[in-house]
Formats: sequence, structure tokens, C-alpha cells
Amino acid sequence: MTDHDHHHDDHSELSETELRVRALETILTEKGYVDPAALDAIIQAYETKIGPHNGARVVAKAWSNPAFKRALLDDASKAVGTLGHVSRVGDHLIAVENTPERHNMVVCTLCSCYPWEMLGLPPVWYKAAPYRSRAVKDPRGVLADFGVSLPKETEIRVWDSTAETRFLVLPMRPKGTEGWSEAQLAELVTRDSMIGTGFPKLPGAPS
Amino acid sequence: MNGVHDMGGMDGFGKVEAEIDEPTFHERWEGRVMAMVRAMGAAGAYNIDTSRFYREMLQPQVYLRSSYYQKWLLGLEHNLADKGFVTESELAAGHAKTAAKPLKNGQFGLDDVERIMVRGCFERTPQAAAKFKPGDRVRAKNMHPLTHTRLPRYARGHVGVVERILGCQVFPDSAAMELGENPQWLYNVVFGGTELWGTDADPTLKVSIDAFEPYLEPAS
Repeated sequence: MTDHDHHHDDHSELSETELRVRALETILTEKGYVDPAALDAIIQAYETKIGPHNGARVVAKAWSNPAFKRALLDDASKAVGTLGHVSRVGDHLIAVENTPERHNMVVCTLCSCYPWEMLGLPPVWYKAAPYRSRAVKDPRGVLADFGVSLPKETEIRVWDSTAETRFLVLPMRPKGTEGWSEAQLAELVTRDSMIGTGFPKLPGAPS
Repeated sequence: MNGVHDMGGMDGFGKVEAEIDEPTFHERWEGRVMAMVRAMGAAGAYNIDTSRFYREMLQPQVYLRSSYYQKWLLGLEHNLADKGFVTESELAAGHAKTAAKPLKNGQFGLDDVERIMVRGCFERTPQAAAKFKPGDRVRAKNMHPLTHTRLPRYARGHVGVVERILGCQVFPDSAAMELGENPQWLYNVVFGGTELWGTDADPTLKVSIDAFEPYLEPAS
């Protein structure tokens, strides 16, 4: 074993934060407040089951099925609730549609509110100061950080998630996808396209 | 409270840095913290608004230098200590030293996990009719409570238009202080970019917030 490997295996190297987290979990367990196996199950759900693939299937369905799209824009909680595979969305989901005239973007300036059930846990940048501070004031500047630009006349609507409503952006369906199945379309839907900081992938683009 | 958490419109934080193929958690402890916060809330130790308020009450310098899940950890420690579920001495020792305080919903166990994967419902029976309707011009009040509020500073004093009524929901300003749910009508209110940021602002920008009725007054 090299010195380098040894360094990584050495448990005395635990950070102060790790030690505090262990201490707290030990106390909560010893006092009978939580079963650590239940914590494992929560973590596993967010690592394996809940992610942007949930939202992507909703978007792909809306692209393929005009009646579902109307239902989604009318009452997203209800529409998503009718789909067996993602029925855990709760009551306060709103889907907002991107059009050539209007681009939508979602932020939580106060903390990190995000449609977990549709997109999983938010990425670090969504919860960090640069995005939270600037999205409501200079969204085009933020989009430029993502390499995204919009025509200068396009209206930008920023939705600040200041209550329990959660917002899902319905991006525009890419051209050249006529006749594609929902499963094929879902592959084009990126997480960022459902936050409004990106576009769906183009057909034939590397994944 | 006018805390550093209320970041909308602040300058100087730099570029947005997105990580490619970001993992759900960067370190194992982050998942443990997230799960503990969810579990203790579901067990009845606190509501979601109180939990947010504890993160907002971190000193600004601590808030800014801490990572996201570090903020969650610090907020959770303070919250549980204030409510008597853990003691400072236990946190220092890393072991239980006092008797457990009963939790409203009992121990959080495996059978409870499914329940918290469905998002809670915040809609409640109204206490009165809604004062505003879609199309109404409203002004966000110039208010500066020292306690938790969900009216961001950048909107205060500005005039917007009610776009949607979102039902009558638990009022975070009351719930965070454990003063009851005090349900209030909730509206999506949209503001022009130039109304918020002045004549130099992007003319194509519109920003909406979800505003509870006590945050709003009629605008002529």
C-alpha cells in the first residue's frame, strides 16, 4: 500500500463536519428518534429512483399527446397524478410552457425550492449564491454562463419559488423529431431544459 | 428577517459554475444530513418553515462560507437543541446523555419512508374570501419583519399584477414561529423587470413571486 492509499483509508482523517454528522446521528439513534435503516432508505430513493428522468417522461408525453399537454398546463399536479410511474408529485406543481415568444426560468432566491419529485435533488449551482442572486435581475447573463442565448426580443419570465408551488418548465420540442416515440423523446429532455437554463438535446447530438 | 439568505438581486457572487455529471451527494455525510432533516421533520420535531428559519438565522458570515448541507446540519443542530430533543452537551460528546423527548409522530422508521416521498399538501380551508383576483394591480408591502417571511426584499414596495390564485395555504410567517398554520390566500404576482430594477433593466424581463395575501395591498 502506498502512502497515498494509506492517507485515504485513515479514519482519523474524518473532517470536522463528518464527525459532527456522525455525532448527531448517533444521538438521534440512541434516543430512539430515528431508525438509521430508514435514513438509508431515504438516501437510496434520492440516489436511485428520483431524478430528472421522471420529469423527462412527463415532458415527452406532453410533446406527444396534445390532450395531456393541455391537462398538464391546466393542472400539472392532476395531470402528473394520472401517470402511474410518477404519482408522488403532491398538490402544488405548475408546468410552464416555453414558446418562441416566451422563455421560462425557475429559481428560489430564498433557499433551494425545486420540484424534487420531477427532477431529483437540485444541483449545487441551483442552491448557490451566484444563481440565486442573479437569476431574477440578469437572467440573460445567467443563461450566458450556461452557454445559452435567446433572441433579444424573447420575453424571459423568471419564476421565483417563494412558496410551496413547484415549477416545471415545458421546453419546446426539438425540430426533426416527428414520429418519435415518447421514450425516444424523453432521451432528449435534459434537467436544465426543465429548469429553463438549457434546451433539450437535438436529435443526433451526442448524449 | 432581512438575512443574507434573501439573495435576489445581490451583485458580486460571480459566475454560475455548473458541474458536469454531478452526483446526488458529493460526500456520504451530505445524504445523512438530508435524511435526518427529513426524518426529524416527519417525526414531528418541527415543520418545514421552522426548519428553513433556522438556516436563515445562521450568522451571515457562517451562512456564506458553509456549503449547502453544512447549513442544513447547523440549522438542524440549533433547531433540535432549542426544542429540547438534544442538548449541547450531547452534541459535544456525540452520545445521548438525557432521556428522549417524545416526538409527536413517534420514531421515524422504515415504514414512514414511503409517506415522505409524497410531497405534503399545504392547502387549507380559507378563513375569509380572497381579496384579489387575476388582473388586479397589487403592491408588495414595504415590510421588514425580524422573523421568517417569504416576501423577498427585491419585491417590497413594487407594483405587480396578480396572475393566478394558488389557493389558501399554510402561512409560513406564522408556521415558522410555531404560531399555527394561519392559512392565507396565495397569489402568483408578476412584476416587470424595469419596475424592480429600474429603467436600465432588461425590457424583456418579467419576474413572478408567490405572495401570500398579508404581503400585498391594492395598488391604484
